[in-house]
Amino acid sequence: MSVTVRIPTILRTYTGGQAEVAAEGATLAEVIGDLEKNHTGIAARVLDDQGKLRRFVNVYVNDDDVRFEQGLETATPDGAGVSIIPAVAGG
Amino acid sequence: MRKMRRKGLASMAVQTVASTSNPTVDLGPAAALSCRECGHQVPLGPVFACEECFGPLEIAYDFSAYDTEELRKRIEAGPANIWRYAPLLPVPADVADKPNINPGWTKLVKADNLARELGVTGGLYVKDDSGNPTHSFKDRVVAQALEAARAFGFTTLSCSSTGNLAGAVGAAAARAGFRSCVFIPHDLEQGKVVMAAVYGGELVGIQGNYDDVNRFCSELIGDPAGEGWGFVNVNLRPYYAEGSKTLAYEICEQLGWRLPDQIVVPIASGSQLTKIDKGLQELIKLGLVEDKPYKIFGAQAEGCSPVSTAFKAGHDVVRPQKPNTIAKSLAIGNPADGPYVLDIARRTGGAVEDVTDEQVVDAIKLLARTEGIFAETAGGVTVGVTKKLIESGVLDPSLTTVVLNTGDGLKTLDAVAGTGLTATIRPTLDSFREAGLA
Repeated sequence: MSVTVRIPTILRTYTGGQAEVAAEGATLAEVIGDLEKNHTGIAARVLDDQGKLRRFVNVYVNDDDVRFEQGLETATPDGAGVSIIPAVAGG
Repeated sequence: MRKMRRKGLASMAVQTVASTSNPTVDLGPAAALSCRECGHQVPLGPVFACEECFGPLEIAYDFSAYDTEELRKRIEAGPANIWRYAPLLPVPADVADKPNINPGWTKLVKADNLARELGVTGGLYVKDDSGNPTHSFKDRVVAQALEAARAFGFTTLSCSSTGNLAGAVGAAAARAGFRSCVFIPHDLEQGKVVMAAVYGGELVGIQGNYDDVNRFCSELIGDPAGEGWGFVNVNLRPYYAEGSKTLAYEICEQLGWRLPDQIVVPIASGSQLTKIDKGLQELIKLGLVEDKPYKIFGAQAEGCSPVSTAFKAGHDVVRPQKPNTIAKSLAIGNPADGPYVLDIARRTGGAVEDVTDEQVVDAIKLLARTEGIFAETAGGVTVGVTKKLIESGVLDPSLTTVVLNTGDGLKTLDAVAGTGLTATIRPTLDSFREAGLA
């Protein structure tokens, strides 16, 4: 499965400044693993020491927050858009 | 202020900041940005997330030069707005001379009638932030973000908003001569839409809830289309959030430089509650108030209660919810500061509770009927939760308690739409008597 991943500004040092990159994987975990292969170091920024999503990272597959879905096991269908976004407070 | 003599307060320097100072930015005592999660520091700038761990960045200050009594006198001689606390905020020393809407120093109302109704004997106060220029506490936080926007050379002020913030940004931008373009959920209360639109900036409805708006703004900020924009609650968030400290400063000063025993705070993102705690801690460390225990209670609406649900379940992480409540200014289903709220409520011996929409409406009417204060739905949430916590024995009625009302009821008229005429009569005395009104 090929997906497009939107990279937040603070992670673009790993993608040579690119705001969007392509990645492969049938689940979010596989997509992050594929990102790591091509952009070494990026996975450790998104995942904590236990391999879970860091608590201040929000990840969306298309329009769905993966915390409402299956987390890292959320399916990433072919052509999906994945967005990695720092959590922000507001109101 | 920075010339104040040094007197034993060196420990107030939050962290070592020498290697991360940004000499081109004058934001008063603000020295650097520090990650609340991992402590990584970066120079002051329009960034909000830690490049190491995504944790929220917050302001690290250098208060080491302050003498307690000189600081107290300076504050007391300051203007009747938040700039009396400029020495404790990320703003330049001459902030009061710049064009801004000068929020704050709102009334701390001794609510004796409400206290009798609720059985509070230790003193009950309502911090009524409906008295701010755009009628909500958001003016406090926007004022900080505006100064940061000036410092970083932005000319467009923006935000994602549940309504109150949109109005505050529009007003602050108008006064300061900035362009504004703000984003709100498309289905907000009409009063908030009008209050945001009237200041002449651009107002964009997003087809989605607040969390969708927030996501959109976060993506816009990383796109060339958003370049040069100061989003008060995204890339200026570390500065913006500090404005809520002024609620803590004012409450203590208005109580005669005394900490309240208990304080009830609404929770949307959780930022306000965490910054009130930060403000109280700063006053203790600066010696401006006596160091004694206080309890902080968080209040949510049942229809958007991710933090109270986590608190009651004993969790230290917050599972997001899809909001469904009339308290739209608190309808953030994925509250970024939720884990910190849990930490603070537990550390201080407080709690986090929620009330139904029906209880929110009852509480709005209760506060209006007893104290003449017409609160927006968020105020109904805090008063309703206060009542519930007293009834359940969690909140001690014999202690000094402060309840926050963060906005004006005129913004959320729909919530009390059923309230209306007592009677319709002919313009005669007979008709008046017949209606039983004599």
